[in-house]
Amino acid sequence: MIVAERKPLEEIERMLADAERVLVVGCGTCVAVCMAGGEKEVELLAGQLRMRAEAAGRRRRIDRVTLTRQCDREYLDPLAAYVDEYDVLLSTACGAGVQLLAERFDGKLVLPALNTRFIGVAEGPGLWSQRCLACGECLLDRTGGICPVTRCPKNLLNGPCGGTNHGKCEVNPENDCAWTLIYRRLEKLGRLDLLDAIQPPKDYRPMTKPARVAHPAFQTGSPAGPK
Amino acid sequence: MARAFRDVLQEKEFVVTAEIGPPKGTDVSRLVHHIELLRDRVDALNVTDNQSSVMRVSSLAACRLILEHGGEPILQLTCRDRNRLALQSELLSAWVLGVRNVLCLTGDYVTLGDHPEAKPVFDLDSVQLLQTVGRLNQGQDLAGNNLEGATDFLAGAVVTPEADPLEPQLIKFAKKVRAGARFFQTQAVYDLERFRRFMEQARRLMADSRLATEQSATGPVKILAGIVLLTSAKMARYMNEHVPGIMVPEHLIQELAGAEKGKALQVGIQIAGRLIRQIYLDRLCDGVHIMAIGREERVPDILAEAGLG
Repeated sequence: MIVAERKPLEEIERMLADAERVLVVGCGTCVAVCMAGGEKEVELLAGQLRMRAEAAGRRRRIDRVTLTRQCDREYLDPLAAYVDEYDVLLSTACGAGVQLLAERFDGKLVLPALNTRFIGVAEGPGLWSQRCLACGECLLDRTGGICPVTRCPKNLLNGPCGGTNHGKCEVNPENDCAWTLIYRRLEKLGRLDLLDAIQPPKDYRPMTKPARVAHPAFQTGSPAGPK
Repeated sequence: MARAFRDVLQEKEFVVTAEIGPPKGTDVSRLVHHIELLRDRVDALNVTDNQSSVMRVSSLAACRLILEHGGEPILQLTCRDRNRLALQSELLSAWVLGVRNVLCLTGDYVTLGDHPEAKPVFDLDSVQLLQTVGRLNQGQDLAGNNLEGATDFLAGAVVTPEADPLEPQLIKFAKKVRAGARFFQTQAVYDLERFRRFMEQARRLMADSRLATEQSATGPVKILAGIVLLTSAKMARYMNEHVPGIMVPEHLIQELAGAEKGKALQVGIQIAGRLIRQIYLDRLCDGVHIMAIGREERVPDILAEAGLG
């Protein structure tokens, strides 16, 4: 899933400037799971903003709504009925959700309440870590299911650098060295032979931005496509 | 005029190289002083590439100064700051300017240096960079285009004998040989018993049939042991704690700590000289690479201590 963190309240207040009518728009998918922008977090954020407005003697109406997903147009449409009541939409979606909201309501100022961090997994309660860089050319078959493009700061494809430190990474000693993990996993699988081949330079073309994916069934001219 | 490092490496029994760091700024007087001091005392001078991710004069410019002052340079080239276009361009430029030796490294991560906000590149890794040098030597670039004039670099690489775990390091070492590394300059070694065991493993790998084929055309791969000058007990402890792949044994730290006030550096020079002497006498490897980080003017003293001055 996409993992995000809420921006500091001070930064959000600065972005809101003198907006008087604010709608906080939550997202019920990834950012709800990572406790950054779901229904509960929206309630908390709206409450904090309200309290600060009151303490500052500022007139500010703050309402909230949490959508199933902000990255799908169909879930945004119901907002059309009342979006004009607000000066600002404060989105607690990932960067993709914020942008689709801004695209759908292009007459409204849409602001981001989160910093989107990565595609990752839940490592434990309240702890998420990055696992995928969306490089568009998955090589996990060669590395025992551990991604060096994501988990090695230097994206090394042919083994560890000199900064591997008793199985930890010199860039951040809290992190395991990806190549030590890969070595241990392949050793366990009896597949150290996979480390024999020199991996060629990576093709970065699939990472050319902005990328697009079209499902074959929906491409015109496809036998399975729209009739 | 300095002899070509390629010839020295194959012909000389014990090779000595040293590292110099370019200045941060445009005043090259100290650099030139170090070049003049060392050019006839060592077989080649490595120039670091934005060492420790700290921005400086480029390795290439300093290599050119070495050539102009009659020395033999080894260009250090890291993957941190340049993508494959810039790396190949740098290599062609180095060849045009007369540089004949290149040491291919991954490079430190940017957050370790003085511009921690910078975008790290790492488009290629060190193995792929070695292969790239090989391609340019064959008159082609990485995309398969023909070059108007090829390079003929002698390529080198690094290895960390004290890496923990060592096995993945050895796998990469073998890949580097297959990718065209003809010499290795190791991370610092202090415990020569451990280094002896590393060399046994490295030699076994190099005897492997595939690697033997690699070496048949160009002669055996040479390994130069890294010698980092210890300047104090504090510095030694710092390296043990903070520099991966470096292990200064406690007895050496005690020796430094026991030095008279103001004499720790002298003891460090004696230790470095002693290590080099032992490596030479026991023929542990093919030579040494001296890294006197910031104390380049003391390299002649280290060589004198080693009996090689």
